[in-house]
Amino acid sequence: MTEKVLMKGNEALAEAALRAGCRFFFGYPITPQTEVAAYMSKRLPQVGGTYLQAESEVAAINMVYGASAAGARVMTSSSSPGISLKSEGISYMAGSDLPGVIINIQRGGPGLGGIQPSQSDYWQATRATGHGDFQIFVFAPSTVQEMADCAYEAFDIADKYRIPVMILGDGLLGQMMEPVCLPEARDMESLPAKPWATMGHKHEREHNVVNSLYLTADKLESLNIERYERYDVIKANEQRCEEYLVDDADFVVVAFGASARVARSAVNAAREQGIKVGLLRPITLWPFPEAAINKACEHAKAFLAVEMNMGQMVDDVRLVVNGRVPVEFYGRTGGVIPTPAEVLGKIVEMTEREGE
Amino acid sequence: MTEASNEKLVYERPHALLPVVTNYCPGCPHGIVIRLVTEVLDELGVEGKTIGVAPVGCAVMSYDFFACDMIEAAHGRAPAVATGVKRALPDSVVFAYQGDGDLASIGMAETVHAATRGENVTVIFINNAIYGMTGGQMAPTSLPNQVTQTSPYGRDVNTAGYPIRVAELLSNLDGVAYIERVTVDKPANVRKAKKAIKKAFQTQIEGRGYSMVEVVSTCPTNWGMTPQEAFGWMNENMLPYYPLGVYKDVVADGYENAAEAARARAAACPIANPQVED
Repeated sequence: MTEKVLMKGNEALAEAALRAGCRFFFGYPITPQTEVAAYMSKRLPQVGGTYLQAESEVAAINMVYGASAAGARVMTSSSSPGISLKSEGISYMAGSDLPGVIINIQRGGPGLGGIQPSQSDYWQATRATGHGDFQIFVFAPSTVQEMADCAYEAFDIADKYRIPVMILGDGLLGQMMEPVCLPEARDMESLPAKPWATMGHKHEREHNVVNSLYLTADKLESLNIERYERYDVIKANEQRCEEYLVDDADFVVVAFGASARVARSAVNAAREQGIKVGLLRPITLWPFPEAAINKACEHAKAFLAVEMNMGQMVDDVRLVVNGRVPVEFYGRTGGVIPTPAEVLGKIVEMTEREGE
Repeated sequence: MTEASNEKLVYERPHALLPVVTNYCPGCPHGIVIRLVTEVLDELGVEGKTIGVAPVGCAVMSYDFFACDMIEAAHGRAPAVATGVKRALPDSVVFAYQGDGDLASIGMAETVHAATRGENVTVIFINNAIYGMTGGQMAPTSLPNQVTQTSPYGRDVNTAGYPIRVAELLSNLDGVAYIERVTVDKPANVRKAKKAIKKAFQTQIEGRGYSMVEVVSTCPTNWGMTPQEAFGWMNENMLPYYPLGVYKDVVADGYENAAEAARARAAACPIANPQVED
């Protein structure tokens, strides 16, 4: 393990991506992801990589599409309004089974919204990243260490399953500084081979085609079904969730990313009052940690989703709980961060309502 | 070949052209241009290290025709996709094959910026003044007063604006090494077009900068004409608006590449031309 260093979340994420073998970055300026691009523009030339500031987010994601088709480990980063512009390209990547890593350091919306931290792109990340039948893999880090760890692992997941991977952070995680142990740099020779890539056939194989166009309905349907079978494998193997004081909990708070940091403080404060409450913190938003929710559902009297939006992940909690116990929601939005006292108040209110 | 044989091979299908039936309408010049590109890939011996990009438009399924590795791109995004490929594989040969709606309307930002960055790629641009695949709508290169499905009273420049002369527009950008406008209406012009396409690929292989060949073409189906009538209309109306010729050739201008030409053009600008200490 390397020594601990103090870094901003955005920079730790960028450095970990480099160490994962990412050598290509295409982006377009937007707050609050600025440090990711700035760090990459400084570091990539030092390691023989390419940083390119594209003319738009639309162009940037299509450069990612091209570099990924050519077999490279490649990344782009943006924030909420920019991700909307990338959604076309993400759909094409999913339809062409191209790996790639997309960072969304979320800000408040809709529209131009604001530049304060938010989690209001949960639905976009997990439901509608673009048109068509597809999912992308979504990590939700909660600390600077996890920003680095998720970025490092994202490239392996992307290559293994040939799927776009998003890291859904927010302005709070991106801008804050914490100690972080950075992962070892990958040996570039050890990265997985990509026999499907369009790198020139050298007259050694048939030509490869990267494509998402299938005009025959049966063919398109069967390819979509095949892709969903791969999604089932991902759901079975890759759910990540931190369980904090959940084993004996009567009440379970579910929160991810920055809001989970607030929720953890509230859970600690509630425990001091003798309330048996725990925290489930999804680290993957897709696949959603259904197994952990189901396990907690065996003893929990109620769930409380805490988010920095108007209530988005709470839908997934409800889908898993499926009416077995009440699922409540507390959130602040528009860039407002909930306080531990607010969440504690909601926990106390819920325990009083649901009884002991 | 035995001496007894009187057969003489005068032409065969280029290796870089797959033995498939294209999806183009009868009389469509796309087939000619695709054949020329594949002949050039053969002659330059680069098929094995070439990656083509086929964006939305009538050429969208050309990944089934070209024998080199191929990528299908979203509408207008071919220059960005080509940029990603070329940056990842700088020793490869990368081309995009785009129509007028793709290149000059929805993809104009990608087109202009790939050109001004001097991306070392080749763009083959088919300008037939109409959206062919979707059934004949007004294109950014449709001529004033041209009747299309979405300009049924003729393109009114007062409301629909003017056509874009792409070769002229891009030739003003510093990253561009070579731009020529050609057509393929008769054998002599087909030969000229092939020469231009070959030169564009050579420009890329020699690392001189962005290269583009604009092919003034026809769309008999959506123009509602026979192939011969269409070439007649093209000669009468399109060529005066889109004159054939070389629009930029930095080598002919005496420079090694686009970068050298750009520095000379900005000779009076100190920051663009820092003095190198001996």
